[in-house]
Amino acid sequence: MSGRILASTVKRIVTQLRHDRRTLALMLVVPVLLLALLYYMFQGETRPPGAPSTFDRIGLIMLGVFPFVIMFLVTSIAMLRERTTGTLERLLTTPLGKLDLLFGYGIAFGLMAAVQAAVAGGVAYWLLGLTTAGSSGLVIVIAIANAVLGVALGLFCSAFARTEFQAVQFLPVVVIPQILLCGLFVARDAMAGWLQAISNVMPMTYAVEALQEVGAHADPSGQMWRDLGIVVGCVLVALVLAAATLRRRSA
Amino acid sequence: METAIEVKDLVIVRGKQEVLHGFTAQIPRGSVTGLLGPSGSGKTTLMRAIVGVQIVKSGTVTVLGEPAGSAGLRRRIGYLTQAPSVYADLTVRENARYFASLYGLGADDADRAVRDVGLAQAATQLVGTLSGGQRSRASLACALIGGPEVLVLDEPTVGQDPVLRDELWAHFHHLAARGSTLLISSHVMDEAARCERLLLIREGYLIADDTPAGVRASADTHDLDEAFLRLIRAQQPEGVR
Repeated sequence: MSGRILASTVKRIVTQLRHDRRTLALMLVVPVLLLALLYYMFQGETRPPGAPSTFDRIGLIMLGVFPFVIMFLVTSIAMLRERTTGTLERLLTTPLGKLDLLFGYGIAFGLMAAVQAAVAGGVAYWLLGLTTAGSSGLVIVIAIANAVLGVALGLFCSAFARTEFQAVQFLPVVVIPQILLCGLFVARDAMAGWLQAISNVMPMTYAVEALQEVGAHADPSGQMWRDLGIVVGCVLVALVLAAATLRRRSA
Repeated sequence: METAIEVKDLVIVRGKQEVLHGFTAQIPRGSVTGLLGPSGSGKTTLMRAIVGVQIVKSGTVTVLGEPAGSAGLRRRIGYLTQAPSVYADLTVRENARYFASLYGLGADDADRAVRDVGLAQAATQLVGTLSGGQRSRASLACALIGGPEVLVLDEPTVGQDPVLRDELWAHFHHLAARGSTLLISSHVMDEAARCERLLLIREGYLIADDTPAGVRASADTHDLDEAFLRLIRAQQPEGVR
């Protein structure tokens, strides 16, 4: 890996995004609109006195889920484009290292995710009245980590897709089971043992658990740091696996 | 003459088809060598093997004394893929500067390459808005940056205006005069005459490896198109197709 090549690759990817204003706008606006939708869905709910509002519970988790889904999709398409337009083949004949390219995507989209998470978090806290026991800053940090997880998994999965049609199919395969089993719909300890076992090996489970920890405790808990650590670990593993699937030579 | 690229007994299989069947050729340093042959004859596959992105079944490819694809070669080779491989959502200049940065070269080298392919006027335009010919020149600019020691160009002049094509060929010879080795593929015979050496390839076999004059002489005709035809026929015994 080379710092210079990594930096210019990050700059190149950010410049590409900057030229694509509509994608930028969609990335920033879509999570906000979805959160607003969620807010109005639960606005009229009746709940026993003292019980936390459903928006506080679900809105918090969605702050982590939306960036993950969006970044997964955007990255797998971006990487597939590198493959189909021949830029990847060309890059692999240059001094660029595979990790320069993959970390380049991770960092560039991570920066984008930071902006996205800050905007979505700002709207959720200030306009939609989201309340958490812990700090909003930590929520945003976890959301960014989760977005970068989406980037890393997207890079890895794009290696198994030859066409855009195939690439978008990975969304239901990779993303939806993680959303179903992360503890949002059914508490994890209420699930059958084998479902819990699957849930245990899915990285998003830990991102959601970390968010729930921030929602429940005023101070960052050890559990939360452990969960965040696992998410970051999964990001690194996915990036290294993605590098392993990136072959300089092809048939 | 010193050899820049040496291909020995190269066998390559793509899909279920054997594309090259024990291909052997040498390309002298500081020359412009044309790789001529019809579409599907194995030109692109040979070029991919030389730049080190092709899985090889057997045989060797040596570039500047090192095995093709070795890490040290990556900063000494420029490669133009047949389809333009530049980022459509970047400007011409941004593309060139990005590829320059990978070689540790600066904005000056990038901008010079953009001028060399006649795109100075369009430098700030997004590649996605360019015409097909301009787009392939943008791609060519990214391969020429810094004048690498070996340039492998897959059909660099297809679809270009004749005046521009003339200028590009003059530039290729200028690079060779400065010591670069150029391997340029084409399926247009009128470009063959501009090369110092020709490799004629058909269905994965080398039909001729000579100077244009030598090819003409051995086929006993002035027309290179006709010469290619005669050389193919000479290799096929009567009645066998």
